[in-house]
Parts: sequence; structure tokens; C-alpha cells
Amino acid sequence: MRSGEALTFFAQAVRMAVPYTCAALGGVWSERSGVVNIALEGMLLAGGLAAVIAQHATGSAWVGVLAACAVAAAMGLAHAATFVVGKVDAIVSGIALNLVAAGGTRFVLRALYDSSSNSPSVAGFRASSFEGGGEWTLFARTLIDPATLLTIALVVVTAWCMQRTALGLRVRASGEDPEATRAAGVDVRRVRLMAVTIGAAICGLGGAALAFDQHQFQAGMSGGRGFIALAAVIVSGWRPVRAAMACVAFAALDALQIAVQDRAGELRDLVQMLPYVATLATLAWIGSRRGRSEDGAPPAGLGKHA
Amino acid sequence: MTTRTHAGLIASLAGLAAAWIAFDLLVWGYGESPRALLSMLFAGTWGTPYGAAQVLYKATPLLCTGVAVDLALRAGLFNIGAEGQLAVAGLAVGAVGASLPARMPAPLAIPLLVAVAMIAGAAWAAPPALLRARLGVHEVISTIMMNRVGEAFVAFALASGLAVKGTVRTADLPACARVPRLEAMVGAFRGSAASFAVLIAVACAFAIPWAFARTRVLREVALVGMNPLACAAERMPVARRLMQAMLLSGAIAGLSSTATVLGYKGHFESGLGAGAGFGGIAVAMLGRGSAVGLIASALLFGTLEQGGLAINAHVPMEAMQILEGVIIVAVALADSRVRESLARAIPRVKATRAKAGGA
Repeated sequence: MRSGEALTFFAQAVRMAVPYTCAALGGVWSERSGVVNIALEGMLLAGGLAAVIAQHATGSAWVGVLAACAVAAAMGLAHAATFVVGKVDAIVSGIALNLVAAGGTRFVLRALYDSSSNSPSVAGFRASSFEGGGEWTLFARTLIDPATLLTIALVVVTAWCMQRTALGLRVRASGEDPEATRAAGVDVRRVRLMAVTIGAAICGLGGAALAFDQHQFQAGMSGGRGFIALAAVIVSGWRPVRAAMACVAFAALDALQIAVQDRAGELRDLVQMLPYVATLATLAWIGSRRGRSEDGAPPAGLGKHA
Repeated sequence: MTTRTHAGLIASLAGLAAAWIAFDLLVWGYGESPRALLSMLFAGTWGTPYGAAQVLYKATPLLCTGVAVDLALRAGLFNIGAEGQLAVAGLAVGAVGASLPARMPAPLAIPLLVAVAMIAGAAWAAPPALLRARLGVHEVISTIMMNRVGEAFVAFALASGLAVKGTVRTADLPACARVPRLEAMVGAFRGSAASFAVLIAVACAFAIPWAFARTRVLREVALVGMNPLACAAERMPVARRLMQAMLLSGAIAGLSSTATVLGYKGHFESGLGAGAGFGGIAVAMLGRGSAVGLIASALLFGTLEQGGLAINAHVPMEAMQILEGVIIVAVALADSRVRESLARAIPRVKATRAKAGGA
């Protein structure tokens, strides 16, 4: 591989890691508080559409990001409330939310833009000072993309919050042992509602990044990334920094897939399986190691009602 | 038992009520009249014999996947992989069916293809089953991954020789391998895709609850679903029962292809039957473990699907997908509410009875 190609590949991996990482952070916030969250997929999707609609309407990418976070946060709140207040299995609620998001985004696409597949194009974030070709500029542009920087910051903030703040302690306690935490005087329900909503908002940013990256919203564009991000969370042992690293690895697979897609010919479809097969293999590997050590075990109260 | 049936009924009604409200809001928000759309929806489904037969056709794969998801749920497993299982089964049925000799007798060909569908569906459920039973990998993520892998696998298999050149479909199946259409018997159904595959689905819906009551393996599956630790203490083969439940679930999901490939198209093509896997989850949630319940809810969602097509010119049919989600949540919410109040009421009833007995 020439150095230029390597740079392009690396830039692509970083770019693709952003939606994964945001979704994974959403997963960490939610699951650390004890709420299983497979609705990340739907949040990415809804966030992406919200971002595009808002930017299309106002012309501002930042308004788009805010809209994405708000819509995803609302979904997170609904998810958490269904689990915490409604005492419904979080997987059931997640499945339903994903269905609503998949159908709802198509519905809105047709209602607003009269198309069932994609939105009109939007600018997304543009780093105007770095216009022009060349692999180095492309690489630099990826790194200083606001979404990338914001995501890196959020990884750090999440890790710090979880380990060093009272909120993080409450979140972790609610996830480990909701009963005992409640007995200690913490309002577990509120903590969970808050944690899932915060995580969902971060996930919404990932959706915005996904859509801005393509400069438009396409129906079903999340393509299972929310689920893969959740797998990254599991692999990481529910730890934000490691989850982000796992996300970069999955994103690299994605980038690899795109890199070889043009040459693969008949094998193109097989190459498309890569991220999913890798996810399965990693989960199997983690599964075979579990039980030998407590390190990286799921929160003990995951899925338990308070 | 009767209180539980009542609870289930209340939950289902709540789900329908929520769906009704959601439908009105969506249609109204879209600037159409809910009443006009509802009558349009009815006219396109149960209003004509053709529409009714189309509902039957749409309900058939949904019933298969609904039974499949329900079966897994009884073992405490979420089979979200029906989507991939039915795609791979459809491909297998299409490929094997197309290679059958044209003069093979139908009573031989059809059972053979039914077996192929079940084996292929089970095969696609096997990795998640193994991962769950042996390594404790949660089946939700693994089945979702298998859906994606299945999508790519089907595309790969079609592109690399299974499809007719230049298309994304397999060759036509010989007449002996087709499941007869209902229109052959009822003239009024003319033009509808509904076939006798509906009988296969209905048979499944009745056979599985029966087998849960009567066979040792499935009874143990249900026990494992209630309390795996207690089962392990009783020396039941928990891992094997989990595997069997998942494999059987995949096999039944695979049966959907009898309606789509054998009954309707007569070949497999990319995307045929897609969506029934997720629809099956809704059917299972609403059907609540009884044959009649599953059939009724498959018919309901079949009506929504067909009705979605009927109103598509006025309101996007994706509205129906939103309704599915709303129904799932509403039913689950109502169910947990009812169950909670039952749990509170039952000790009270017992206490009053004990007091009455003592006096």
C-alpha cells in the first residue's frame, strides 16, 4: 500500500469510527445504569434524519447536530421510561423503537421530501480552510472535523464522569445493584432516566455525523452500526475508552471493506459480511474468556427493574 | 389460568387501541382524513374476496415467524434473526427447487422442499444457538449480526451462480414443486397470491403449543425459559434445550418461504419475504403464546401490510411499520400493568379466602 493510500484508509477509518463511537458511548451510559439498549440503531437513524432536516431548513450544521441530539434524547427518554416506569423488558422496548425509527424516518422522508429513499443533500460540516485535494489535507480535514473532535472529547468526558463524579457513581451503582442503591437513598429511576437520555443524545450526534458524512440522509443508512456499537460495548467490558478503541477497530474493518470493494469483484458481497462476522467472532472470543475472570463482566443489575 | 388469559386479552386490546390512536394521528398529521383512509384500508383488505385472500397471503409468513419468535421466547430467547433465517431458507428452497426434475411427483417434491426450508432456517439459527448455549453470548446481538451476514450471503450466492444470469432471481421451480394457490379452489380469490402454505403455517401454530404441553423436550425448554438455574440443579441439559429451542425456532421461521417461494413467486429473488422476520416479533408479542392468538395477530398484521399498500397513494405505507412498533410497546406496557395489579390483588384474594374459611 502506498503511503497515500494508507492515509486515505486511516482517514476513512477515523471518519467511520465517529458514529460507532457515539453509539457505543450511548450504550455505555445506558447499560452502566442497568438499562439494556438495542435502540441505539434507531437513535442513529432518527438522529441522522433530524440533523439533515434541521440543516436543510436553517442552513446551520450546528442546529442540525442539536436537533439530532434532541430527537435521539427524546427516544432515549421514551426507552428509559418504558423500562423504568412501565416495567417493560428493555429489549422489547428497543425492538419497538427501532421499528418506529425505521418506519418513521421513511414516513417523514416521504412527507417532507416526497422520496422514500433519500433526502436532498446538505453541506454538513465544511472546513473551508482545507479545501483542495491531496491525502494529507483529507486526513487533516477528518481529524479537525467538529464531529470527530466532539466525539473524542465525549469519550474523555464519559470516562471521567463514570469514574470520578457522583453522577457516575450513582449510574454505576444503579447498574450493579438497583435494590441496594435505592436502599442507600438514591433515586434509581431518576438516575436511569437521566443516564439513558444523556447517552441517547450522544448517540444522536453519531447519527448526525453519519448523515453529514454522506451529505444526505438515506433510508436505513445506520446499517446495523448501532448493534455493532453495542457489541463494542460488550467487548470493552462496558468501559468507554476501550469501547471507543473497539469502535475504531470495527470502523477500520468498514474502511477496509470499502478499500477492497472495487477490486474484490465477485467477492464483494462476502467482503460486506466482514464487520458482522468480526463482531460475532469477537463476541465468541469474549464469551469463551468469561467466567475465568471477573474483569469485564456486565453490570450485575443489567435489565433488572428497581 | 383464566385471570392470565384475561390479562392477555386486556393487554391486546390496549395495543389495538394505541394502534388506532397512532393511525389517526399519523393520517391526520399527513393532512388526510382518518375516516376516509380507514374505509380505504378496509376496502383494500377485507372488502373484497381478492383483498381478503391477499391478507391471508401476507399473514402466512408472519404466522410462521410469529410462531418461531414465540417458541424462542418461551425458552427465554429473543430470536431477532427470523429475518435472516427466512432469507437463507428462501434461497435454499429456490435453489434446490429449481434443480428438481420436472417429473418428480408433487407429494414428494413439496415435503422435500419443506424440509429444505426448515433445515436452512435452522442452519442460520445454529451459530447464535451455539454461541448462546455454549459461550453465553446474548442471542439478540448475534441474531442481528446473522441477519446482516445472511443478507450479504444471499447476494453473494445469487451473484455467484445461483441466479439466472443478469438477474437476482433463481430459475423457475417446476410445477410439481409449487404449493397450489387458493384460487384453484375458490374462484373468487382469482389473482391473489394466497396458497395452501397457509395450512402449513396454521398447523405450526397449533402443533407447537401442543408439543409444549405434550413432549418432554419442549416442556423442559419451557422450564429452562422460566428458571435455567433451577433446571441446571435438576440436572436438565440446559445448554442443549436452549440450542434445540433456537434451532426449532429458525426452522419454523424458514417455513415462511413455503408461502413466498413455493406459493407465490415460484422462484426466489433478492429481498423476497423481507420484513416478515421483524413482523413476527410483533405477532408473537400480540399473540401471546396461544395458537388462536398468534393466528389472529398474524391476520391483523397481514391486514396492516396489505392495507398499507391500499392507502400508499395517500399516506406512506411505512405508517404501518410505525403502528407495529406502537402495538408492541402498548401491549407490553399494558401487560406489565395488568400483571402488577394482579400480583397485588392475588395475595389479597387469598387472604380474604383464608379469613372466610377460618370463620
